[in-house]
Amino acid sequence: MAGTKNHDYHILPPDIAPLATTIGALTFTSGMVLFMHDMAGGKFVPWLGLAILIASMFMWFSKIIKEAHAGDHTPVVQLHQRYGMILFIASEVMFFVGWFWAFFDFSLFPSTLAEAVGGQWPPKAVEAVMDPFDLPLLNTLILLCSGTTVTWAHHSLIHGDRDGLKKGLWATILLGVLFSCIQAYEYIHAPFPFGQNTYGSAFYMATGFHGFHVIVGTIMLIVCLKRAYNGDFTPRQHFGFEAAAWYWHFVDVVWLFLFMAVYVWGGWGYPTH
Amino acid sequence: MATTAPEHFQGHVDHHGHADHDHKPSFFARWFMSTNHKDIGTMYLIFAIIAGIIGGLFSGMMRVELAEPGIQYLDIFARWFGATNPDFNSTLHVWNVLITAHGLIMVFFMVMPAMIGGFGNWFVPLMIGAPDMAFPRMNNISFWLTVAGFISLLCSAFVPGGTGLGAGTGWTVYAPLSTSGSPGPAVDFGIFALHLSGAGSIMGAINFITTIFNMRAPGMTMHKMPLFVWSMLVTAFLLLLSLPVLAAAITMLLTDRNFGTTFFDPSGGGDPVLYQHLFWFFGHPEVYIMILPGFGIISQIVSTFSKKPVFGYLGMAYAMVAIGVVGFIVWAHHMYATGMSVNTKMYFTAATMVIAVPTGVKIFSWIATMWGGSLEFKSPMVWALGFIFLFTVGGVTGVVLANGGVDDVLHDTYYVVAHFHYVLSLGAVTALFAGFYYWFPKMSGRMHSEFLAHVHFWIFFVGVNMIFFPMHFLGLQGMPRRYPDYAEAYQHWNHVATIGYMVMASSLVIWFINIAYAFLAGRKAEDSYWGEGATTLEWTLTSPPPFHQFETLPVIEEAAHH
Repeated sequence: MAGTKNHDYHILPPDIAPLATTIGALTFTSGMVLFMHDMAGGKFVPWLGLAILIASMFMWFSKIIKEAHAGDHTPVVQLHQRYGMILFIASEVMFFVGWFWAFFDFSLFPSTLAEAVGGQWPPKAVEAVMDPFDLPLLNTLILLCSGTTVTWAHHSLIHGDRDGLKKGLWATILLGVLFSCIQAYEYIHAPFPFGQNTYGSAFYMATGFHGFHVIVGTIMLIVCLKRAYNGDFTPRQHFGFEAAAWYWHFVDVVWLFLFMAVYVWGGWGYPTH
Repeated sequence: MATTAPEHFQGHVDHHGHADHDHKPSFFARWFMSTNHKDIGTMYLIFAIIAGIIGGLFSGMMRVELAEPGIQYLDIFARWFGATNPDFNSTLHVWNVLITAHGLIMVFFMVMPAMIGGFGNWFVPLMIGAPDMAFPRMNNISFWLTVAGFISLLCSAFVPGGTGLGAGTGWTVYAPLSTSGSPGPAVDFGIFALHLSGAGSIMGAINFITTIFNMRAPGMTMHKMPLFVWSMLVTAFLLLLSLPVLAAAITMLLTDRNFGTTFFDPSGGGDPVLYQHLFWFFGHPEVYIMILPGFGIISQIVSTFSKKPVFGYLGMAYAMVAIGVVGFIVWAHHMYATGMSVNTKMYFTAATMVIAVPTGVKIFSWIATMWGGSLEFKSPMVWALGFIFLFTVGGVTGVVLANGGVDDVLHDTYYVVAHFHYVLSLGAVTALFAGFYYWFPKMSGRMHSEFLAHVHFWIFFVGVNMIFFPMHFLGLQGMPRRYPDYAEAYQHWNHVATIGYMVMASSLVIWFINIAYAFLAGRKAEDSYWGEGATTLEWTLTSPPPFHQFETLPVIEEAAHH
């Protein structure tokens, strides 16, 4: 049939968001080069790029929500979104594999050449590490708890309990923010610096990228909360929520590995702060 | 096009009635805001050609410098890049910039965009009977991020790197040359180039996997998919799982360079060999990312021009899966010279050689496909035969280099350069030209000149073999790679290789003439211009296909073969 779409796939009209997002990304990376080399514009261009990037992504994701309301997300399109999110998380897992690879290389085979390390882990230059059973354990419990509250929200949503959905999301978001605040407090009071040796490098980059993912996950949940107040999501169709929940569980699992490997095993028997 | 036959017209869902044209958006909307897999594929192909010309010019600059011993042209090249009165160090630095830019451009901005972005985008949806990709908008940002990465890489050539302008680290960006050895901003631009294009490739991989798993036409089971689609599926998984590790590695480079971490700095306990592990954990799957789509293209072409289904279809499909899986556990054969233990070398030698088995399955299955076939030596088939021969040569030297003991002698010699150019420059690029001649009339609607395509092939074939076959001799004689100067004993074969470059370059002129001929005077392409041997779904559509194809999904019959 001429001009008639006889399938359930989502054919999109032309869209400026991809190009705008790219311009934001390129401006940000170029600005970061200027910033890192103290060149002209280094204090301004990265922020400009970040602003363009965030604005474009906001525009993009807003459109997706509008399309969902317009009924473009047929069952097969929702299946696409599920695959897309799972694959995205798979790539994120491999990103963290890189950081864990560095951590285990340094901790299992500590350098005997560098005086700062002296063939031991944690390195000689590190006088004390964080007590894993102090705030890090609390943070572990906070994240695990937030995993249950997001499930509470999900089940409320499935059973049509809008109030429970909002409460569960509020709890999850507050726990996420609390986690980030405690991480920030830990960083400020850590007994070892960023960089200078392999401990500070692996610790801060691995936990820092995890922290960044927690913040991204929190933003996703905040968007879900706003949408819950707007009356979005039905018991049958709420993939935006599910994607945020999957992502949240993913950052939770990464944290468990970080906690066990970097905090507990990596500092076992070492003086704590 | 305006002449599209009315019965094939497929308009947009929102518009009705106009049976005389295809409802394409306006120029800006069509090419800058595209959500159409064929337009995005076309942009990828044009981008890859432009990047390939730039990367090819860099290799030409290297070949003229290497034509004779001594330093001839590097100071001129240094001035081209903007250096005023370059001293000896910054002159030599230009060499490093050339090899770096050539490698990065050809890998990330020529082969990958052409194979995956170009042919993959164009033909995966057509071959599985899908109207478009699963995420049409994300498809577009994959393309633009590739362009952004290329811009970032080009920027790096004009700012300070190590001892001169530009990033001179080699495409592998090994520390410490890329960290303490290159304090200027050039390497940071290069790192961000990889971040940007890598993000684009990861999104592309997500798009391809989702499309192939979820958008196959009714009746097209996984085991009925054309082998090109299989090749793209495996490639997409390799991208998805290997690129994030590269992202982590180059982020470590970035923080080592600018924020005081010591991942690769031994004075802080770091380990430069760790970078090599992380890089090659990505880098080895990467070489299969570049060649697997070529395998897919060759399978389609050999089948078409033998007028037979591919011999051992399932074996062919799962050979690619096996290559993809095993490709993840052989990376350290790039690092035999780092001082690893004999046991480790033995493992990586054995594992690497295992890959020769599924690769052999592919080579012999192509030959068995031709066996007893009704062969037609049209231009794509000639290119495909060239591929099979040249790739086999590169594969055989790969088995040689897989030996940790042999590699102690050959590591970082021209033998390695010969090997990887036989599988890439002569393998992947030959597959690209095969695919180009196979599908160009389908994409453009115009037939190219078969005569010029054959001339292009033979001149190219002679040229590339003249460039790279002598490099085996040079490597066995001990000539190290990555130097602009060499002992006079190596002069003869280097001279031959440089002449070979000119032969190869002239073949590309014929290619461009052929493209111009097709658009200016080529006759209109029929739907299935290669005849009965071409059985995949793209041949059921017009040439070029309608702006939106398969508005009513095709149904694959039980008996349909691959």
